[in-house]
This record gives sequence, structure tokens and C-alpha cells, in this order.
Amino acid sequence: MDPEFLSRAQFALTISFHFIYPPISMGLGLLMVIMGLQYLRTKDPVWRQASFFWVKVYGLVFAMGIATGVVQEFQFGTNWADYSRYVGNVFGSLLAAEGVFAFFLEGGFLGLLLFGGHRLGPRMWLLATFLVVFGAHFSALWIIMANSWMQTPQGYELAQTQWGTQAFMTDFVAIVLTPSFLPRLLHTLVASWMVGASLVLSVSAWYLLKHKHQAFAKKSLALALWVFAVLSVLQLFVFGAQMAITVTNYQPVKLAAMEGLWQSQACAPMYLVGWVNETAQTTTGLSIPCLLSVLAYMNPQAVVQGLTTFPSDTWAPVNLTFQVYHIMIDLGFLFPLIGAIGIFFWWFGRQVYIVRPLLWVFVSTIVLTQVATISGWWTAEIGRQPWIVWNLLRTQDAVSPLLRGDQVLLSLLMFIVLYALLFALFIFLLNQKIQEGPEALTEEHLHASLPDTFREVFRQARASGE
Amino acid sequence: MSLNVIWFILFVIIISGYLILDGFDLGVGILHMFAAKTDTERRISLNSIGPIWDGNEVWLVVGGGVLFAAFPVVYAALFSGFYAAMMLVLLFLILRTVAIEFRSKRDQPRWRSLWDFIFALSSALLAFLYGVAFGNVISGVPLNQQGYIAINSVLDLLHPFALWMGVTTVALLALHGALYLNLKTTGAIQARVQKWTPLLMGAFAVCAALATVWMFIDQFPSALVYLQGWTLILPLLAALAFAGIFILERRGVEFWAFICSSAFVAFALFTLGAGLFPNLLRSTINPQYNLTIYNAASQENTLTVMLIIALIGMPFVLAYSAGVYYIFRGKVHLSPHSY
Repeated sequence: MDPEFLSRAQFALTISFHFIYPPISMGLGLLMVIMGLQYLRTKDPVWRQASFFWVKVYGLVFAMGIATGVVQEFQFGTNWADYSRYVGNVFGSLLAAEGVFAFFLEGGFLGLLLFGGHRLGPRMWLLATFLVVFGAHFSALWIIMANSWMQTPQGYELAQTQWGTQAFMTDFVAIVLTPSFLPRLLHTLVASWMVGASLVLSVSAWYLLKHKHQAFAKKSLALALWVFAVLSVLQLFVFGAQMAITVTNYQPVKLAAMEGLWQSQACAPMYLVGWVNETAQTTTGLSIPCLLSVLAYMNPQAVVQGLTTFPSDTWAPVNLTFQVYHIMIDLGFLFPLIGAIGIFFWWFGRQVYIVRPLLWVFVSTIVLTQVATISGWWTAEIGRQPWIVWNLLRTQDAVSPLLRGDQVLLSLLMFIVLYALLFALFIFLLNQKIQEGPEALTEEHLHASLPDTFREVFRQARASGE
Repeated sequence: MSLNVIWFILFVIIISGYLILDGFDLGVGILHMFAAKTDTERRISLNSIGPIWDGNEVWLVVGGGVLFAAFPVVYAALFSGFYAAMMLVLLFLILRTVAIEFRSKRDQPRWRSLWDFIFALSSALLAFLYGVAFGNVISGVPLNQQGYIAINSVLDLLHPFALWMGVTTVALLALHGALYLNLKTTGAIQARVQKWTPLLMGAFAVCAALATVWMFIDQFPSALVYLQGWTLILPLLAALAFAGIFILERRGVEFWAFICSSAFVAFALFTLGAGLFPNLLRSTINPQYNLTIYNAASQENTLTVMLIIALIGMPFVLAYSAGVYYIFRGKVHLSPHSY
């Protein structure tokens, strides 16, 4: 079989599976930091109970993220060796920086976060939590920087060496701050925070439906609901919209594929659902007139470039890009609606805790946000085909030259089996944690004799080290 | 000193850091089934590395990133040429991570022994694969003119010398792990590892001696370097560190015996590095196809930026790693929230 196709499939599988976990690490992490702050501020023991509960979930999620993350770094070399040579000067240094700055931070303090609840006072434990969560965000920053360079490359020059063409670094600042970096970073972070909030929302709603852990569930639900509602509005109108404008400006052919727009037109429509016939070059479905022109240029009469203005060998798989994009965008329309209804019922007499259909909708949000983030990444990555580095290197020219199909088939099968097992175990253990619920607080959880300043931490370490 | 030389040295240091730190994690894993018998003992074994193993593994990820950035042609050749071996490394890294995390999640003997077994097996096989990789780096690989490794199957990498280096590495990391467990445990586990330490030292000494003789019989260029010049001091320092383990262990100076073992791992890798210099991968087809720190490196701008990144980042890494180790120092105490 074709090693290129199999390598694409393997990369798609492994990165999509990996991407289930980091958004939770960031989003749930953010909520855990808020919970820790709330405890320090209010001394309400429910917040401490919440920290002890969520840290267990966090450990599980983080382990899955680590286990599946290292695969990505290896695969650039194993399957995409020509890519690695071509961009090593630029892309490699961003990956190395991610390791030095972010992974060490996460990895170093993860132990203190997971085991610190009984060793550290609330303030020091919160500091450890913050450092791990900060590390997770910092890591996202570097990897999105690297991805953005692949989407909108700059700050390099091409050179012919004995190894073929290589991109050499000319301006590090330009490489770091490519035009698509900031919009992509913000769009991804907000999406990740929404995933984290929806996990808390989902589990709290479940407890309320089952009449369990009411005090804990109400506090968590209210926090998560507010975070979710506010972010979903910002995502739709600010960060998502900004990303669309960036794509319009720097990757117009990708935008045309996302909307299945074949001919350039003024007052271009935006579809809610539809189907692209790639042979007939038509797109049919339910659309809102002029909305694409508004989205792209803030002007209903603006002309949006169609696919036919670009050479056909630079088109992404149009229907696939269209479909994954519309899954994301439709969910993006749905989330503010869910948030608004939730806030409405919270505002008027705290009805939100007892309206069962709404609670069921909340339970489903974790699946919906996960689907939305994955679809978003698929849009970004499928939409930029056939390029692995935009307008520089085609994906078909990036694959390791001596790779054989049978090797990749075997490793792909290995990942399919391994990841299926891991996912089943992950869901099983996550469900178990959720069913167990938060433990009742004992005196030990609340007493104040744990070291809570740097001085106390090191003094106690010395005492117990002897 | 040129940037290329600096990055070669830094790369060897990072790989040494990885093998010292994750090395004792892997060693604990290799000994896990034998040194710890009951559930409590196995929890102690696991928790001896519990809060730090993840940070240790980051050194590998950073090593990979540095190779990618500083010597992209070597990164491309090594990872694509060793495709099957790399996929196995990934498999065992993943299994090991989830075994550590999943084991404690259910209080059921069969669940726990399954993950104990997977933890131990994946640790041992990782050590073995790293040894095989060192074996191939020493013996050279069939690099072609395009800078890629031309092999027909993974069996080409599993030649007898490489396999022997695999066994040697397992013995070394088991010893390193035993010295670590001695430091972190008391009672039955400590008694067992103390009993085994001389045996492991003997086993490793025999393995390493045979590997050394083998290198000279097969005339590997990386070995012949030592017969000339100052580099001979590195294997001598390694031997001194090894003697240090023996003496300090017998005197019961647990901490310094472990430090000696760490120094030994470092000097062994420095020896390997000095033997390679200025090559990173030697070609068995034609010495002109060797990938060196000059022809396989990134260009000056990248190496400079990377050096700045390392100079900013690494002091922080070392400082807070030391802090975390300090907080978790001393013998392992189990709490209900440990692994």
C-alpha cells in the first residue's frame, strides 16, 4: 500500500486522538485555578472538595495527553523525514523551545499538583496547579506557533544544499509572530477553555439529575455555566470571526473550500448545512445570503474569491473541508444558545438546577465541544492541503523517501488497536471517578497545619528528609 | 568553539540527563516485579518515582526536539531509518505511562498485577531498545549518499553487537534503579535490592567488558579513537565512578553511591560521544556519507537562537527540578492519594 496515504492516515489518527486531552488540561486546569482562588477567597469547604475531586480527573487526562503527545514529535522524523529536513531549521527550534520552556514546567510540577493536596497548604497547592496549567498553555503557544508557521510561513529563506531545498531562519521574530499565530492561538485557547468548562458542566448536571452531591454540583455548575456562556459568545463573535478573517486574508483558497464557493461572487452566502458535488462543481444546501461576505469582509457587497480563481491543484478536498467546517460552525452557533438559556434559568430563581431537559443538554456539552474542537482542527489541516507548508512544500513531497507501505500499515494497525483499548480504559476509569464522586471532607482536608509558604515548605521538607 | 560543537556537547548532555533521570525510573521498572512482591511493596516501588518520572521523561522529548532543530538531517535519517524500532519505543512509552497511571485506579489484584507486569515489561524493553540504538550508533548504519538509512528490514538493526548492547543497557539501568530504590525504600524491598546490587554490578561489568573487547575486535572506528589522545580520560573517569559505586555501596553511603552511578552513566555517554565526534551517524557504506555535526546541522541563525533559548530556559529547569526533588526527598511514605 501507499506509504504516503498510510502516513497521512496515521498522523490524522494519532493527532486527533491526542487532541482529545490537551484542551481538557487547559480548560479544566483554568477552572481548577478559579476553584482554588475561590477557596482562598471564601473559605467555603465545597471549593476545596471540588479541587480534590477534579485533580483526580486531571491526573487521568494529563497522563493520556502525555502518553499520546510524544508520538507526534517522533512522527515528523519517522514518516515525514523530507519535511523534517526542509523545515528543521525553523520548525524544529519551535518544538525544542516548547520542550525547554513548557514541558519541563508541566512535567516538573505535575507531581506536586497530583500529590500536593495532602502535602501542601491551599496556597502552595494552588501555585503548583497554576504552574502546571500555565505550562500547558505555554506548550499550546509554541505548538500553535509552529502550526501557524506552516499555515502562513515567513521569516525564512530557501537555500539549495546537498540535502535539497531547506528553509533557513532569517528572522526569528517574524517566524514567531506569523500573521495567523495570534488569531489561531486565541481561537484555540477559548475553544479549550470551553471544553474544560463543559466537562465540569456535564458532570455537575449529571449529579443534579441523579440527586447526588448537590452542594458541590450546584457550585461547580454555576461556575462552569458562566464560563461556558461568556466564552461561547466571545468565540462566535470575536475569536472565531477573527480566525475567519485571517483565513480570508492569507489562505483565500481554503476559505473557498470551507464554504464550497466555486465562483467568485459578491454577497456570497454562508451555508448552515449543505453538500458539495466536486465533479459538477456545485454546492447545494440551506444558506443565509450575503453572510460569508459579511464574515470575511464585514461588507455584504464584498466579493469573495471562488475556487475557480485558483489552480485546481491547490484545492483541498472540498466536500470534506466543507463538512467538517460546518460541523464546527453549527455547533459554534448552538453553544451561545445553550449558554443563554442556561443563564436565563440561573438568573430567574436558580431554576437551572432543576430543569431536567436542560440538565441533559448540559450533560451532552462535553461531547459537543470535543466534536467542535476536533472539527475545527480538521478544517484547519484538511483545508490547507495539498500543502504541508503553505505554498512551499506539498504533503506528497514531505514523506520519508525509503518508507515502505507494509511498515506503516503495521504501525497504523498498532495505533488503532492501542488507542481503542486506551480510550475504552480511559472512559471506564473516568466513569468510575465520576460515579465515586467527590469524597466527603474530613478534618485532614481542611486543617491548616500544612506548609503554605515557601519557607514552610522547605523547612518541613528538611524535617521529614532526616 | 563553534556553535556546531557546542550543540553536539549540549545534545550529549541532554541525552545523558535523560538516561540518568529516566534511567533510574526504567531501572525501578525492570526490578519492579522482583524487588516488590506485595501490593504495598509495589505501591512503594511505583511511588518512589511517582512524582518525578514524568518530568524525567521530558528530557527525551527535549532531546528529540534539539536533534530536530540542531541536526535535522540526523533526526530525519535516524527516525525514518529506525522506523520499526521507533514505533516500538512509542508503544512501550505509552504502555508504561498508562500502566503507572491506571494501576492504582482499581483495588483489584488481577487489575493491579496486569499493570505491574506491563510497567515492568515496557521498562525493560525500552532499556533494551535504547541499548540497541547505542549499538547501531557505535557500529555505524548503512547511510546512503542521500543521507538516509537504507535497510531492508528491522532485523538489519538487530545484529549481535547491537543486541549485546541492549542486554548491557538493561543491566546498567537495573543497577542504577537498584541504587535508587536503596535510597528511597526501607525493609524488604531495600534488603532485596541491597542483596542484588553486587550481582548487578558484576553482570554489568561482564557485559561492558565483553562489549568493549567486541568493539576493538570488530574495529569500530568509534572505539579506536580512544587509543589516541586525551579522550581516554572519559572512559577512565567512568571506570572511577564505577569503582566509586562499589566502595560507597559497601560503606552504606546510599546517596553518594547513587550519585556515582549517575556519574558513571554520564561518563559512559560522554565516552560514546567523544568516540563519535565529529560524526553523529557513521555510514557503513562509505565514510564520505557520514553525517557530521557540520554537514547535518542547522544553519548558524538557528543554532544561535536555540542557544539563547537554552540559556534562558535551562537554569529555570534545573532550579525547579532540584526544588521538586528536594520536596519529595527521603524515603517513600504511602498516603491514600499516592499511586
